[in-house]
Amino acid sequence: MKNNVWVCLEQNDGKIAGVSFEMLSEARKLADQLSGKVGAVLMGAGVKELAKEAVAYGADEVYVCDDEQLKNYRTDAYTRVLEDLVKGKEPGILLLPATTNGRDLAGRLASRLEAGLAADCVALRLEDGQLVATRPIFGGNLMADVVFKKDPAMCTIRPNSLNKADPDATRGGEIVDVAVVSEEDKIRTQVKEILAKAAGEISLTDAQIIVSGGRGLGDASGFDLIREFAKELGAAVGASRAAVDAGWIPYEHQVGQTGKTVGPKLYIACGISGALQHLAGMKTSDVIVAINKDEEAPIFGVANYGIVGDLYKVIPIMIEEYKKVVASR
Amino acid sequence: MKIIVCVKQVPDTSGKVAVNPDGTLNRASMATITNPDDLNAVEAALTLKEQTGAEVVVVSMGPPPAEGMLREIQARGVDRAVLVSGREFGGSDTYATSQILAAAINKIGVEKEDIVMCGRQAIDGDTAQVGPQIAEKLGLPQVSYAADIQKDGDTLTIKRMLEDGYMTIKVKTPCLVTCIKELNQPRYMSVDGIFECYSKPYEVFDYNTLKDDPLIDPTTIGLKGSPTNIFKSFTPPQKGVGMMLEGADRATCDKLAGMLAAKHLI
Ligand SMILES: Cc1cc2nc3c(=O)[nH]c(=O)nc-3n(C[C@H](O)[C@H](O)[C@H](O)COP(=O)(O)OP(=O)(O)OC[C@H]3O[C@@H](n4cnc5c(N)ncnc54)[C@H](O)[C@@H]3O)c2cc1C
Ligand SMILES: Cc1cc2nc3c(=O)[nH]c(=O)nc-3n(C[C@H](O)[C@H](O)[C@H](O)COP(=O)(O)OP(=O)(O)OC[C@H]3O[C@@H](n4cnc5c(N)ncnc54)[C@H](O)[C@@H]3O)c2cc1C
Repeated sequence: MKNNVWVCLEQNDGKIAGVSFEMLSEARKLADQLSGKVGAVLMGAGVKELAKEAVAYGADEVYVCDDEQLKNYRTDAYTRVLEDLVKGKEPGILLLPATTNGRDLAGRLASRLEAGLAADCVALRLEDGQLVATRPIFGGNLMADVVFKKDPAMCTIRPNSLNKADPDATRGGEIVDVAVVSEEDKIRTQVKEILAKAAGEISLTDAQIIVSGGRGLGDASGFDLIREFAKELGAAVGASRAAVDAGWIPYEHQVGQTGKTVGPKLYIACGISGALQHLAGMKTSDVIVAINKDEEAPIFGVANYGIVGDLYKVIPIMIEEYKKVVASR
Repeated sequence: MKIIVCVKQVPDTSGKVAVNPDGTLNRASMATITNPDDLNAVEAALTLKEQTGAEVVVVSMGPPPAEGMLREIQARGVDRAVLVSGREFGGSDTYATSQILAAAINKIGVEKEDIVMCGRQAIDGDTAQVGPQIAEKLGLPQVSYAADIQKDGDTLTIKRMLEDGYMTIKVKTPCLVTCIKELNQPRYMSVDGIFECYSKPYEVFDYNTLKDDPLIDPTTIGLKGSPTNIFKSFTPPQKGVGMMLEGADRATCDKLAGMLAAKHLI
């Protein structure tokens, strides 16, 4: 295995996504073990300034591909740029984010490079100098260790699954400008419109803390309390499918097998029974708190902390206690 | 015009997932279903068929019993089914799978106004890689995570779901689209469809059928030709039994807030 470890950074609207820092921190560890360097690829328009952040998180070299053509993610353009860089510099390992765009790009690129690609990995390690990638399958009911027969070993990394190191603003690294060849005529998809969700809401996939509500809320107005709790904690709002199907909250909040897979540091399930399909989307969370009035609810089987009680009584007290914690800091 | 849809037979994971003592999946004890996203792709193809008169062909790679699944899909109104099956194909990872499926699609033939569709992700392997990998092998543009598809002449306008919103994309045929559940509500089999499905064209492509395609090479298909291998699978380590807090009053909440703060979680 060649010893340089590369990370394809995810950047949205001029901001590097959290998963990018997680990948860089992990790449740093792997590269140190392989006595190699960490390379980061930054694609976008007007993004050059962000390269320093990648250095602070462990990159030795940041390849900046700053071009109007790369403003929006487009498969053909991004694949082409990354293909050229990887073919030229031959990293042994290439990490990409397991996001919508990251997965679209990773599959296409792996096929072009004739490389192996492990999907949605949650842990990486070296055994005898070779990469072993661990990934959940069957909705998290099983884990698999994937090995690679050739370079580059490619992985997509599930957001919130690897530890992020503390940034070091004093670290040195090289920032390399990469000229992007203009090939607009070869880009076969046209982006007509991009609609971001309501501003101000924290996205589930990036969230460190998620507060989720289920059928136990009783009606749609229960989400007012969930939102208030989430706002206090700086958390995103999640939901069970029962709550989504009842029309209390839009589908994009659904966590589970047929919704989003999340892995925050803290997941607070309120009035959610803990059906297998819900657990599939959240059980890799670091710490799970469950509030449910039924002490037999299966959610307590995966919870680190459980409170048996009426969420309408418990949550308001939790909010007050949280405020006390903040005030005492 | 033709729409080729890739469908995969998968174990039904909505019930209990059966695991062998060695940590591998006990497939024999689980029922099989058509991968859910693939039914959305079939539905999208059938909707386009109603609008344009296109021929809809489904392709699946898997063992011979997958015929039952393919016939049921034909009973929904699909014209033609192809099962890609052969020992040489076993053990393929997504790279090798896409080589084989691309070769089968080449055999069916992709013409200027045609569309290839996949589900976004299969619920067993869970990779979402096969669609983009087939597109690359066929040299087609791809649009993944389609939540709406409108066709106007040779142009498709596709609403592509993102984590926090969506983007609208225009692409010309031929192209490959991967479909998600928000796209539509799959129809059921019709009585006439069930009656007719066994008289519709059904073919099996084996290694010999496909071997002249340059994509089919022992070094690019099957277990040997796969650039990744599964080293082992295992059940995820159980979290330690959690702590049930006594009572649901202020003292409990105070204690919990204190513990979460001590762990820097809040
Ligand atoms: C193929 C398939 C895919 C699915 N995908 C998903 C998915 O992606 N995500 C998902 O979530 N589900 C999914 N489901 C549905 C899943 O099986 C459950 O039906 C669903 O998760 C139940 O939601 P719930 O826990 O909110 O509701 P319930 O199971 O009804 O639980 C409500 C809970 O609230 C508690 N409660 C009631 N009142 C209070 C109160 N005042 N205070 C505290 N607790 C209270 C009750 O004790 C109960 O435990 C799927 C199902 C299938 C078949
Ligand atoms: C435990 C385990 C872990 C694995 N991990 C990896 C891994 O990390 N990397 C890797 O490269 N391979 C991996 N594989 C192999 C991979 O699951 C198979 O190659 C599988 O056949 C295709 O991948 P998928 O199920 O992930 O499909 P996805 O890429 O999720 O499927 C997307 C779409 O492609 C189409 N499609 C997929 N397979 C077929 C088919 N057989 N016939 C017709 N259409 C199809 C369908 O439209 C489907 O909706 C793993 C397999 C196992 C058992």
